[in-house]
Amino acid sequence: MPRSSASGIVLRDRDNLALGPYKGAATPVSQRRGKHNLMAVRRLDPNQPASFAFTPENAAWAKETIAKYPPGKQASAVIPLLWRAQEQNGGWLTEPALRVVADMLGMAYIRVYEIATFYTMFQLSPVGKKAHVQVCGTTPCMLRGAEALVEVCKRRIHPEPHHLSKDGDFSWEEVECMGTCANAPMVQVWKDTYEDLTPELLEKVLDGFASGKPVKPGSQTGRQASCPAGGPTTLKEFAKAGK
Amino acid sequence: MALQDKDRIFKNVYGFQDWKLAGAKARGAWDNTKAIIDKGHDAIINEVKASGLRGRGGAGFPTGLKWSFMPKSDPRPSYLVINADESEPGSCKDREIMRHDPHLLIEGALIASFAMRAHVCYIYVRGEFIRERERLQAAIDEAYEAKLIGKGNVHGWDFDCYVHHGAGAYICGEETALLESLEGKKGQPRLKPPFPANVGVYGAPTTVNNVESIAVVGDIMRRGGAWFAGIGKPNNTGTKLFQISGHVEKPCVVEEEMGIALRELLDRHAGGVRGGWDNLLAVIPGGSSMPCLPASICADVTMDFDTLSKLKSGLGTAAIIVMDKSTDIIAAIRRIAYFYKHESCGQCTPCREGTGWMWRVLQRLERGEADKSEIDLLFDVSRQVEGHTICALGDAAAWPVQGLIRHFRPVMEERIARYQAAHKQAAE
Repeated sequence: MPRSSASGIVLRDRDNLALGPYKGAATPVSQRRGKHNLMAVRRLDPNQPASFAFTPENAAWAKETIAKYPPGKQASAVIPLLWRAQEQNGGWLTEPALRVVADMLGMAYIRVYEIATFYTMFQLSPVGKKAHVQVCGTTPCMLRGAEALVEVCKRRIHPEPHHLSKDGDFSWEEVECMGTCANAPMVQVWKDTYEDLTPELLEKVLDGFASGKPVKPGSQTGRQASCPAGGPTTLKEFAKAGK
Repeated sequence: MALQDKDRIFKNVYGFQDWKLAGAKARGAWDNTKAIIDKGHDAIINEVKASGLRGRGGAGFPTGLKWSFMPKSDPRPSYLVINADESEPGSCKDREIMRHDPHLLIEGALIASFAMRAHVCYIYVRGEFIRERERLQAAIDEAYEAKLIGKGNVHGWDFDCYVHHGAGAYICGEETALLESLEGKKGQPRLKPPFPANVGVYGAPTTVNNVESIAVVGDIMRRGGAWFAGIGKPNNTGTKLFQISGHVEKPCVVEEEMGIALRELLDRHAGGVRGGWDNLLAVIPGGSSMPCLPASICADVTMDFDTLSKLKSGLGTAAIIVMDKSTDIIAAIRRIAYFYKHESCGQCTPCREGTGWMWRVLQRLERGEADKSEIDLLFDVSRQVEGHTICALGDAAAWPVQGLIRHFRPVMEERIARYQAAHKQAAE
């Protein structure tokens, strides 16, 4: 049976089967987006700024981006534009930004809202100022220890995903396969991946963001991309010539 | 016999060398591409047909045949769309092509577009691949600068190539969902027919190809379809990027001959199974959607489309996930089931409801908190999801569950018995 909370969000009992007691409307919407509960429900943050405007540089970039698509098909640019808006806004998307992008592309607000809630890389609540840590948890990473990485995030950042750390500098979430499986386990922070991790190595990565001196992205054990550890088994001449 | 270096297409797969235009040219890319274009549209399609190339995105559909479905005279523009939404768990090959050998992809895109009479190509890169997208864009900028592509380029076929991207939705790897997403909508698959070759992006004829399928086209055209067809096995030809993850000593991506023995592949390039071959529990041979194979079958298996489909599994993207005897196989498949629940687009009821249902039952089966009859029930429900949805995500969610039950039922039953025994004791 559906039941409604005070904030109007409809919960279905089946979503709660593995969750323990329903926390109720006392928990703000933005904090009810845990990994295994309500993940299908993605809503805008209750606290929204009054307005949004692209910087002149980003507005010029947006114009170029829209021109990649045939005349009349400018809606194609909706993901790139929302993405740029999210970047400009410190890593999360606001409601005014959705309206601005919709107006730029001649789209109904609801269509842009659909995009923002369908695609999970759009963050709908504030994320950590220094790092939003995305831990890959899917089977190839799980087999090589991703669950231990999640524990590090729970201990250092917040017990729950999508929550800010006390100082507001960090947040984390578990994400689905990031396509870096031969370098598992891994995390992505902003644009870069940190691969071949252990809990200790992840601590170093987080230390780097905390101190403002991020470690070098890529494999944290020092191997070259997805080359077998210890050196290539093929194309050895090319590896030598490259060095 | 293993593939020799001279027959490898992806010579910079690890990025030891320069990815830029100069480096790519030194490795053979963009070498007399004009001569390839001058052969004509149909000659290129015929050569790709002769190579036996089958789509590298997972389904293995013959690439040349797919191209031949495009209309030859149509008032609408034709489009090539390259699927770089690499998201199938275990897969990490297109990433290496885009960041280390992007010019192979761009040259292939020009040749393929010309063959299908398309002047525009969109490359749809998954949102997470941000650096890869930047690298690819930089390489495209170089190609424009060098007049290799663009209007009035040296090849005599006007060609624009644009990088587009997603924002975290596995379903956009399904070709019609990808087209919806490219049009600025939610990535929800379309009913077929009409197929994209008739009504694709913007209602125009479109072919969607995987990154690897396109990136090998330049070498096929330069060295001949017969060269490519001579590698591998009949109907399973050519070279293939294998991605080896999980419990091996040295996980890696490597280009090998199609049809190589699984054990040889793991031993030669990945340092073998962690703890030795006898420590192997199971292998998922083609990305998470493919049913797992128990160790007893793995000893003789070869890595090609036809062999693996005979074993009720599949080559998929050739993403090999290795699990040793320390693995809780039920937990491993439960996590895959969660992946599909997370990524279901919600359009079709059997998938939207079925993926979550299967995940929840697997959570209980992992603890043993179930009745033995529920194993059959789970299998039955998986069969009702499979084949009853618009796209193959329903199948992809059902197959790993079926593989688990087919090969590891005794493990599941034992888990249940143990749980029941423990709780009977507690009750007494």
